[in-house]
Amino acid sequence: MEDITALSGVQMDALREIGNIGAGNAATALSQLLNKRIDMTVPRVSVLPLDEVPDVLGGPENIVAGIFLRVLGNAPGSVMFMLPRNSALILVDMLLGKEIGATKILNDIDQSALKEIGNILAGSYLNALSMLTNLTLLPSVPALAFDMLGAILSVVLAELGQVGDYALVIETEFAEANKEVKGHFFLIPDPGSLSIILKAIGVNEDGE
Amino acid sequence: MESKVVRVGIADLKAAKAPDLLVTLGLGSCVGITFYDARLKIGGLAHIMLPDSKQARAGSVNLAKFADTAIPLILEQLDKMGAPKSRLVVKIAGGAQMFAFMGADDRMRIGERNVEAVKLALKQQGLKISGEDTGANYGRSMELNLENGKVLIKAIEKGIKEL
Repeated sequence: MEDITALSGVQMDALREIGNIGAGNAATALSQLLNKRIDMTVPRVSVLPLDEVPDVLGGPENIVAGIFLRVLGNAPGSVMFMLPRNSALILVDMLLGKEIGATKILNDIDQSALKEIGNILAGSYLNALSMLTNLTLLPSVPALAFDMLGAILSVVLAELGQVGDYALVIETEFAEANKEVKGHFFLIPDPGSLSIILKAIGVNEDGE
Repeated sequence: MESKVVRVGIADLKAAKAPDLLVTLGLGSCVGITFYDARLKIGGLAHIMLPDSKQARAGSVNLAKFADTAIPLILEQLDKMGAPKSRLVVKIAGGAQMFAFMGADDRMRIGERNVEAVKLALKQQGLKISGEDTGANYGRSMELNLENGKVLIKAIEKGIKEL
């Protein structure tokens, strides 16, 4: 069994690189969709106690839009695209060609637009990852929730909680050029998937 | 005495005395369980994440994480503080299904399974539930005021309600 609290520097670097390639591809897709420049941070790979995850990501009661997909295939996991409330509303405005600030609450069409974004971003992220690792990684149908961050994350954390008390989070921050839309993209491998991913990119368990 | 807010995290439980407030934030599929002894103004709050410790794979030792182990543990703590379970008023909240997937598998029903497991564990202790706000598809925060035993549930765009 893998112990995510004992990852070597080489392994962490490899995961950061995975995040970089995946998120780079996703950022390009988003940029083309919005026809705007999208800036992206260097991915952060963190191993966190489960109970600290909501705090690190902005606080459990923060209202966010979370677009959630399961990763199916050789290395199952979860993908989450999370945006603060305002960013989500502005993103909808941009996508649907509305005046910025026009969307105040999400109707069915808005929700479906956000899910589609999640789908495209997760698809391009996983595509890049598939190419790199030669693993089959497919996104499930996306689901959207507009709620407290803690509540949204609980679904993913519960999955991880079955094996341990830590989460491995590969996180990239996106921002549209004017900083009106910001978001975080997370890849959270299921227990057991991490060693499959590391092996596929030629970094073995002891980090040699 | 000044009241302080005692925050209970995910997979965590705490007991406290008046005038403190016991609070847990952003319950999604997790379930919050409050216990209150009105005579001593002592109470507890547990925030469980999973139904059953027997399903946990090796290496997991946090008893506060599971419904079947967290409930006996908090009852023991309250008992040590002088609050026997016969006097406790029990309320539960959470257990939502945050994401509605088509053809939802068991994993996505985690909220529902948590609620079932909490009810079973409480029943095994001979405890009745006197207030409940569970299920649906939205997150909740839960607060127990140890001064008066009031349990408040806060949800986005649904305001605050008392259980």
